[in-house]
Amino acid sequence: MSVGEIRVEINSDQDIVIARQKGRVLASELGFSSGDATLIATAISELARNIVSYARTGEIKLKGIHGSSRIGILVVASDDGPGIIDIRQALRDGFSTSGSLGLGLPGVRRLMDEFEISSQPGKGTMVAVRKWRQ
Amino acid sequence: MEVPILKQGAFLIATFQAALSDADLNQLRMGLVQQVVKFRSRAVIVDVTAMDVMDSFASRTLREIAHMIRLRGAETVIVGIQPEVAFAMVQLGLTLEGVATALDLEEGLAYLNEKFKITNRG
Repeated sequence: MSVGEIRVEINSDQDIVIARQKGRVLASELGFSSGDATLIATAISELARNIVSYARTGEIKLKGIHGSSRIGILVVASDDGPGIIDIRQALRDGFSTSGSLGLGLPGVRRLMDEFEISSQPGKGTMVAVRKWRQ
Repeated sequence: MEVPILKQGAFLIATFQAALSDADLNQLRMGLVQQVVKFRSRAVIVDVTAMDVMDSFASRTLREIAHMIRLRGAETVIVGIQPEVAFAMVQLGLTLEGVATALDLEEGLAYLNEKFKITNRG
């Protein structure tokens, strides 16, 4: 079972597809059900899309995680983009500054088990999400 | 990756592949509307059976396709959304309101044939 870290550079809409495909493969290798792998791949797609829409470039890191009694997947999306001024607002359903649906972050939060975000205006954004195998 | 569009009588059938980029989806949106005009099609079936991820952009594009085709006077039916994909869409908060959906291609064709009451020979 592969537990190494996978890094996918996000520079274009093509990379969104690559990131979510790699995420699905890793989730399957870690023993996630096909349904959970779909949720994970969808979350990765949204996170990568946020990078392309707001920061243009960034990266997605994927990693298997081994807790004391459970196995999970960690997805970290990071960029050096404009950052988010009001994180609480960005986490509300329906909020968007890019003309998209504004479902990205709150939706990703619902798809995954754990969600962390840190952002500094002018410096970039980092979103880390985890999902544990059932 | 190009999406094949098949003409089936008065209907068009577009079959999505698994790994469509945003650019592919945008291209398909224009291509479908142009073909509807060219063939004077009554309806379009978009088969998404092979799609393993339907994110916000893909579902917005599907809604836009359906609305553009409706403005043209034709109808769109989305067929083959997989159960896991449907579950992820609901979690993400995505809807296809106002767009007809059917279980699979067969059901989609049956729905349209009933609606237009025409014999649709290939």
